[in-house]
Amino acid sequence: MAKMSIAEALRQAIREEMARDPRVFCLGEDIGIKGGFGGAFTVTLGLSDEFGHERILDTPISEIGIAGVAIGAAMAGLRPIADVQYGDFLFCMMDQLANQAAKMTYMSGGTVKVPMVMRAPVGATGRGAQHAQSLEAFFTHIPGLKVLAPSTAYDAKGLLKSAVRDDNPVLIFEHKLLYGSKGPRSERGALSPIGEVPDEEYLVPIGKGVIRREGTDVTIVGKLLTVYRALAAAEELAQDGIETEVIDPRTLVPLDKELILESVRKTGRLVIVEEDNLTGGWAADIAAIVAEEAFFWLDAPIKRVSAPDTPAPFAPVMEQFYVPGEERVVEAVKSLF
Amino acid sequence: MSNSKTPLLDMYRTMLTIRRFEERCNYLFMQGRIPSTLHLYIGQEAVATGVCAHLRPDDYLLSTHRPHGHAIAKGVAPRAIMAELFAKSTGCCKAKGGSMHVGDVNVGMFPAIAIVGANIPIAAGVGLAARRLGTDRVAVCFFGDGAANEGAFHEGLNMAAIWDLPVVYVCENNLYAASTPFPLAFKIENVADRAAAYGMPGVVVDGNDVEAVYQVAGEAIDRARQGEGPTLIECKTYRLCGHSRSDPRTYRSQEEETAWAAKDPIPRLAERLKEKGLATDETLTAIEQEVTALIDEAVAFAEESPPPEPTDALKHVF
Ligand SMILES: Cc1ncc(C[n+]2csc(CCOP(=O)(O)OP(=O)(O)O)c2C)c(N)n1
Ligand SMILES: [Mg+2]
Repeated sequence: MAKMSIAEALRQAIREEMARDPRVFCLGEDIGIKGGFGGAFTVTLGLSDEFGHERILDTPISEIGIAGVAIGAAMAGLRPIADVQYGDFLFCMMDQLANQAAKMTYMSGGTVKVPMVMRAPVGATGRGAQHAQSLEAFFTHIPGLKVLAPSTAYDAKGLLKSAVRDDNPVLIFEHKLLYGSKGPRSERGALSPIGEVPDEEYLVPIGKGVIRREGTDVTIVGKLLTVYRALAAAEELAQDGIETEVIDPRTLVPLDKELILESVRKTGRLVIVEEDNLTGGWAADIAAIVAEEAFFWLDAPIKRVSAPDTPAPFAPVMEQFYVPGEERVVEAVKSLF
Repeated sequence: MSNSKTPLLDMYRTMLTIRRFEERCNYLFMQGRIPSTLHLYIGQEAVATGVCAHLRPDDYLLSTHRPHGHAIAKGVAPRAIMAELFAKSTGCCKAKGGSMHVGDVNVGMFPAIAIVGANIPIAAGVGLAARRLGTDRVAVCFFGDGAANEGAFHEGLNMAAIWDLPVVYVCENNLYAASTPFPLAFKIENVADRAAAYGMPGVVVDGNDVEAVYQVAGEAIDRARQGEGPTLIECKTYRLCGHSRSDPRTYRSQEEETAWAAKDPIPRLAERLKEKGLATDETLTAIEQEVTALIDEAVAFAEESPPPEPTDALKHVF
């Protein structure tokens, strides 16, 4: 066992997959420049020294190009791991992801595969509206894309390795406050959880969630940073005698629906917490699934805790209001009793 | 444009204001008094200054993630920019935007756009509106070398060209896009060479020579104003600072930085002013003091201003 940050775990996953399979390569902006950053959050730091610039491919600032090249390379036999510096820039490449990557297999009647990975940092970190969005839900809405959201070093490594081996386009969302990037790329206010990662090889299966804390009175479903907000809220609620079960789905598409339903059947209460805006969000989808499939087990209305329907504001005081914190989770849970 | 009409002393004051403003920002950021991140404009002051010296308050400016210099040159009040950086309610965007989105429509500067290249087609639209509404306003669009490799660059320049829009595209080629050196992202030597592909004039100019920038920008802005269409100006320059916050700049060499520091546009202009008899050391010292006072005032204003209410986050969505 080694202890490491999510950034380190992702780097290890990339390193192992590149060593295992010569078809695997990385492409993105500022990922392999000598003396550079190793991507916006240091994930690829040092990898160009090990694998060379052919396989840690620095691109121009051309998001459509990055996605398109990844898709084409994947269609024709390579296994690209592409990235954007901030998730917000996925919108720049939306056609490539939504119309091309997601639909190629379907349009070809299953004869063409697009085994590519696209990594994207999300979360509000004091940079204003265009470097802050949690945009997972946009992609869960597009059939043909797998969507992952690892919140621990163990999962980050295991899921990225599974994603590289998957024959379909996989998007991995990573939270800026969870990376644990060091030095000049470290983040103020970061949680940077350090996690245990086995020395031996392992994969985390796509489509399997985990229970982060067991409880009997209420289920909280979170993802990425909000898993930690939910765990902190659970501690506080325990003082008031409320036993909270915290679920981290880890994969949003495909979703481990049964894990959530089973938990709700046990607790009878559900709170979903995410950093995205409320309307049309992922939380709404989870609520709908539970309402449809576990309605008769519910003892209280389903609650969503999310950001309000506004862009991310710049000022820290407004951003703290915008991002759902532990107190809002506690409040939402208490309102169910 | 004859040299005698060139407002060199005013431009010196503007360049120095930008420089001292940015140095102060950096200091305040390091002290933790300014939150978030900063992309400083140190070293590129001659570009914004030489271009904006031709603009009227009702002309338009579209900017980037590195906007403080553009904003000051366009006439946004330094105190309003500083208050924005301090995340105060008196900031030019009411603390909603932050460093990467400063602007003030009252002086023709839209909030800066932090999505690289996104301002390029928007500038064409602004130019279209200016013409359709019967004005002779011009839209100036600043962007970096890196932005020229976005698809938006191609679409925006082409549309501006086919419709002869009153837009001046100013590429600030500071030789790096974050850590990426220019030759890694371009197979050509000059971004301006791409202008030919759209059928507009492309001009390369020394971006550290404010007189040269002023000259070239004046011609392009006149052309645009007279309905003769857009121009792509490429200013060769260098940021004498990191890309953002605490960038250790280990992707470029000391020698390169030293060579460019010797071409610093501000001392260069100071020399020119003295050579031409337009200023003495005393004049320059007086300007320095004036600028320091302006920035002291901006910081005091920012510090004394109230922060926004947390619930102000809910305002201004529509
Ligand atoms: C669409 C998009 N991609 C990537 C980024 C991240 N990013 C911010 S600034 C920058 C470099 C920009 O380089 P350049 O256009 O040369 O401007 P400079 O920073 O040199 O002023 C990058 C990659 C972004 N903001 N937007
Ligand atoms: Mg540049």
